[in-house]
Amino acid sequence: MAGIPHDHYEPKTGGEKWMHRRLPIIGLMYDTIMIPTPKNLNWMWIWGIVLAFCLVLQIITGIVLVMHYTPDTTLAFASVEHIMRDVNGGYMLRYLHANGASLFFVAVYAHIFRGLYYGSYKEPREITWIIGILIYVAMMATAFMGYVLPWGQMSFWGATVITGLFGAIPFVGETLQTWLLGGPAVDNYTLTRFFSLHYLLPFVIAALTIVHIWAFHTTGNNNPTGVEVRRTSKEDAAKDTLPFWPYFVIKDLFALGVILVVFFAVVGFMPNYLGHPDNYIEANPLSTPAHIVPEWYFLPFYAILRAFTGEVWVVIAANWITGGIVDAKFFGVLAMFGAIIVMALAPWLDTSSVRSGRYRPMFKWWFALLVVDFFVLMWVGAMPTDEPYATISLIASAYWFGYFLVILPLLGVIEKPLPQPATIEEDFDAHYGETSAHGKTAVNPAE
Amino acid sequence: MLKKLTIAATLAFGLSSGTAMAAGAEGHVEDFNFSFEGPFGKFDQNQLQRGLQVYTEICAACHGLEFVPLRTLGDPGGPELPEDQVRAYAEYYEVFDESLLDGEGDYRPASPTDHFPASGLATAPDLSLMAKARSGFHGPYGLGINQFFKGIGGPEYIASLLTGYTGEEKEQAGAVFYENTAFPGGWIAMAPPLYGDDVEFADGHATDVESISKDVSAFLMWTAEPKMMARKQAGFVGVLMLIILTALLYLTNKRIWAPIKNGRRTDVPAE
Repeated sequence: MAGIPHDHYEPKTGGEKWMHRRLPIIGLMYDTIMIPTPKNLNWMWIWGIVLAFCLVLQIITGIVLVMHYTPDTTLAFASVEHIMRDVNGGYMLRYLHANGASLFFVAVYAHIFRGLYYGSYKEPREITWIIGILIYVAMMATAFMGYVLPWGQMSFWGATVITGLFGAIPFVGETLQTWLLGGPAVDNYTLTRFFSLHYLLPFVIAALTIVHIWAFHTTGNNNPTGVEVRRTSKEDAAKDTLPFWPYFVIKDLFALGVILVVFFAVVGFMPNYLGHPDNYIEANPLSTPAHIVPEWYFLPFYAILRAFTGEVWVVIAANWITGGIVDAKFFGVLAMFGAIIVMALAPWLDTSSVRSGRYRPMFKWWFALLVVDFFVLMWVGAMPTDEPYATISLIASAYWFGYFLVILPLLGVIEKPLPQPATIEEDFDAHYGETSAHGKTAVNPAE
Repeated sequence: MLKKLTIAATLAFGLSSGTAMAAGAEGHVEDFNFSFEGPFGKFDQNQLQRGLQVYTEICAACHGLEFVPLRTLGDPGGPELPEDQVRAYAEYYEVFDESLLDGEGDYRPASPTDHFPASGLATAPDLSLMAKARSGFHGPYGLGINQFFKGIGGPEYIASLLTGYTGEEKEQAGAVFYENTAFPGGWIAMAPPLYGDDVEFADGHATDVESISKDVSAFLMWTAEPKMMARKQAGFVGVLMLIILTALLYLTNKRIWAPIKNGRRTDVPAE
């Protein structure tokens, strides 16, 4: 069987044996919860649990909200106010759901950047990585459609702008846009289909999450050293790992608790901080808001979308080469989706044989710059498009692509990595100042 | 239609912000103090009742509160009018009831289960959510971090607007605009609604423009967020209980990891 060698579930009682012969579900649960986990995982490995919590929170609050919400353009806004005013605890459900989306994205970005730093995307975890990116894309679609449902000004105009992106695709764009909207403009038919899909996609995400977990339970978790768990024998594996329960469950729950303290403070004391005031104005197709801004979690990619204007030389070149098919608007759309695609291709763009950024002296700095770049893009995405913001967003967008398309491939060739520990056990013991108390670490050349 | 909207939206997201965010055009919002600010801030029941009076006697002439049920005037955490007063207040309004006159419909006095009427003047925006539909503070550098300390600034914006008239007016395309230091762009179509002593409070509270502006702003914060006090209480309890739970989890975590980290592990994992 694939995976790290460990003891499997053995049915003991008659009832267990009876069940196990017919449906080995207890064994499946046992193996999942007792999975050997590298014992040196640090605090950046807690985001998976936070994400699982978010998904459950969103589904539960969402299901209850649906009981009181009306997907109709004439009633949607009023039904949200009905939830806020008449439904018992409705205001709390809605604020949990709205801010839960933000927590979900905080967690997913932390999770993604952890993967990028520790090389979690590398062989043999490419499938885990790709599924993760698919989950992220599905999350963005879900969040976007969910934001349309309250039918405020930002809902309506955000939907108009974002579906307008598809309209920028040459030849098929307008047909595609009409198909997405269900008609010629954002209207009731758009609201009802977004509502339907907003309910559907979380279950797709849940299914993808199961596949994501299945994939990394097959390869084993990555860990801060990037060194694989020894699979030579059960005894060797046991030196590098601890069972998920109770060691990591309790650790992750503690971290989740800390995060939820902050989350409940936001929900309780400033639930509208991350929202846009314009969304408390009912949608009005005849009045465009002064300032259409997406939610904060879309801003980095929104900045990339806007960065490539008609004056940028790559856009002019692309326009000329394609004979005008790729105009500035379409180029922006390509850049925005491309920014996510290059991230998905990281397993093949990164040529370094060393997995963890911890042992890559040059990579560390480029990666730190990528994190800064991400926040710069987020900030500039909410700014006007005039100078100096136009230049800043262009430079920041260029770095995003440069990191994945140039720096990652080159670093693997020119960088001289630092020595890595031979085993996870060695790394763990080095951290906790204990090398030979149980007489197992025979060789430890680093010391 | 599709194309037009797309173009409008593209223009809006492309060009918009430039003018809207440029310094000066945004309008000046004064950071007034309200009793309901901060995690422990509470509505001042007397102020909400005064604000209700200001709204009823002045604002209601043009502006509606269509999302606010009249009965909530008696709810805890709001103006908390006694039940008979809520009923009497409701009857002050007339609503159209389709079920009257054998389905023809007719007007009848409102009851507490009805909502406040919608705006009487088509150009006057509904005020139910106005205090959440505006923000007063954006800085520094558009990051909105100062909202952490000052709040989002909706009620401050309303109070600044009501006190922000300079007395200048101009006529443009047949309409009169009034200069206002808080309104984005500087010129607003609404004539100055308050001049001081516009209302008389039973308790003799001050009726200068700033006082009644703040009173009605506080009232509009309540109409926008009627469950604010319950929400803060729930947040406080939630945070407190999570801190206790997290502390227990911290100790549990420390304890189960202690033998592993000290190399005194005796158990064999994954049995």
